[in-house]
Amino acid sequence: MTAWLVRRCAAAIAIVFAVVTLTFLLIHLAPGTPFVPSDERVLDPAVVDGLRRQFGLDRPLGVQYVRYVVALLHGDPGYSFSLRRPIGEVLATTVPNTLLLSGAALAIDFLLGAAIGLYQAARARHRADVVLGNATLFLYSVPTFWLGLVLVLVFGQHLAWFPVGGDRNPVLYPSLSLLGRLGDRAWHLALPALTLGLVGAGGTARFQRAALLEVAGQDFIRTARAKGLHERRIWLVHTLRNALLPLITLFGLALPFLLTGAVLIETVFSWPGMGKLAADAIFTRDYPVVTAAALLASVMVVLGSLVADVLYSVADPRIRLGKGGARA
Amino acid sequence: MKEPLLRVRDLKTYFVTERGRGTARAVDGVSFDLYPGETLGIVGESGCGKTVTSLSILRLIPEPPGHIRPGSFIEFEGRNLLTLSPPELRAVRGNRIAMIFQEPMTSLNPVFTVGDQIAEAAIVHQRLSRRAARARALEMLRLVGIPDPEARLDDYPHQLSGGICQRVMIAMALVCHPQVLIADEPTTALDVTIQAQILELLERLQAELGMAIMLITHDLGIVAGSADRVVVMYAGQVVETAPTPELFTRAQHPYTEGLMASVPRLDRPPAARLHSIPGNVPAATDWPSGCRFHPRCPYAWDKCRAEEPPLLETGGAGHTARCWLVAEPQRRMRRS
Repeated sequence: MTAWLVRRCAAAIAIVFAVVTLTFLLIHLAPGTPFVPSDERVLDPAVVDGLRRQFGLDRPLGVQYVRYVVALLHGDPGYSFSLRRPIGEVLATTVPNTLLLSGAALAIDFLLGAAIGLYQAARARHRADVVLGNATLFLYSVPTFWLGLVLVLVFGQHLAWFPVGGDRNPVLYPSLSLLGRLGDRAWHLALPALTLGLVGAGGTARFQRAALLEVAGQDFIRTARAKGLHERRIWLVHTLRNALLPLITLFGLALPFLLTGAVLIETVFSWPGMGKLAADAIFTRDYPVVTAAALLASVMVVLGSLVADVLYSVADPRIRLGKGGARA
Repeated sequence: MKEPLLRVRDLKTYFVTERGRGTARAVDGVSFDLYPGETLGIVGESGCGKTVTSLSILRLIPEPPGHIRPGSFIEFEGRNLLTLSPPELRAVRGNRIAMIFQEPMTSLNPVFTVGDQIAEAAIVHQRLSRRAARARALEMLRLVGIPDPEARLDDYPHQLSGGICQRVMIAMALVCHPQVLIADEPTTALDVTIQAQILELLERLQAELGMAIMLITHDLGIVAGSADRVVVMYAGQVVETAPTPELFTRAQHPYTEGLMASVPRLDRPPAARLHSIPGNVPAATDWPSGCRFHPRCPYAWDKCRAEEPPLLETGGAGHTARCWLVAEPQRRMRRS
């Protein structure tokens, strides 16, 4: 187990390093540069040159790369050109926001999705299954930003039950009590989390239903029935436990989303998270921010597959790490 | 004779085939009795309906596409199993009637230990505590002759061999001391040496626990060694039933004769070519008219094509055969 973990971590560091290098190269090779004059910002070319020198952009790419990597290894991700703040400071506000939104969305996605899938599988080919099957197919195929806009229109605009954007009430928030603040955050969180969660739950439910029905046709489920077990126990214990394995893979693949954030939904709901930050940084050619976002994303991808592997070995004795069966 | 323990009458299990291509009459009017403490062999080729018959007894046929026709009747302990409510049926399954299957490796749940899987039935049916059920599981593993049972209790199925898995299945089936054990091809997936061990084990357990065994197999050798009585099935019907010695000495149905001639025997010259029955089992959606065996039967005449024979008394004790030859034995002579 320990040797396996060490090997996995070494591979993870190599992957992250490769991603950082590639991102650094690609964003520098992309057309366009930072500090370009725009319609609102008329800049003297001399000023632009001064800024480029200040951030070291006038040096050869190799030198810039070595400088960046050395700083990164010292824990300094750099300074944002467009926000004019250290990136560490920027991430300290955006990462928690994204964690909150994505975490809530993932929870809705997997809890609701798994529950719907289980309900459908236990009533396969009955009316409830067909109705829910159409509903999940609809959710699965709807673009998130469209569903987000519709929810904003209905629940934010017409019914005015929820705010249309932002992560907190910008005026009242500082004056609220702790409970009031929590309520305010939850109230702002509801629509974007529901949008992401529902679309995800549509896919998860379809996946879970198929996995359950595949397991339900196996010989050992017939054995469980021949033993005289209650249908509820057959589904919840014997079938579900086996059908969770593919769901864990899905979960591992979804984990990176916790930190990368959802670009479109964060934009639709003006949610100050990583997705919005990264998208804005790409448009302004804010090189250090783009690289930092890619760094976080790759760390999460690697971490996600590691978590999935560990969960897998907990759930399936056949691939339990260390003692007994085959090694993963 | 004693009262039967299990009485199957006119069992019909049909399957609706996909795209409405008709109804497969997999089991079509099967009747037989199972007496306390006996071993009843059910024999036939693949597709003759023997497995569907055994699954129908515990209502393990997947519905849809399968269904047991109204009018079918399976009496056990004074009740019709086919009309029991779900809770009543659960109280019979695994408790009064238990079942083991052909593929022991896939019939055990891969994510639970064998100890938990054996204990489960005892917890559900006898309301034993976890600890008592675990002790009972250990006792059962010992009973079925698994070496080092304490260590095996916490093993997962993938860590065990096929023969050990089948022993675990037997331990699991017998944990509540059922009256009836249905064994559906219990040795087909195993090595020959392991086959003999499993059959010996079943015999020993039957002597110790006194349950009746319904042994479903395609192997007449197994029947000859283990069964007290035999039911031969063909095309969803019982075609012959007799005590084992009677069947092996005086088989009446040409199908049974064909099955016997296709088994290698020590009392025949080894050089002789084994007999094979011409043709295949017909499709269950479209059984032949008259006697269902007539297209493959060497003796068939007009009557066989037109009229379906009933099960006729052959004169031997408890020996019946579904063949017109029983009524007109001279026809057998004429051909030979």
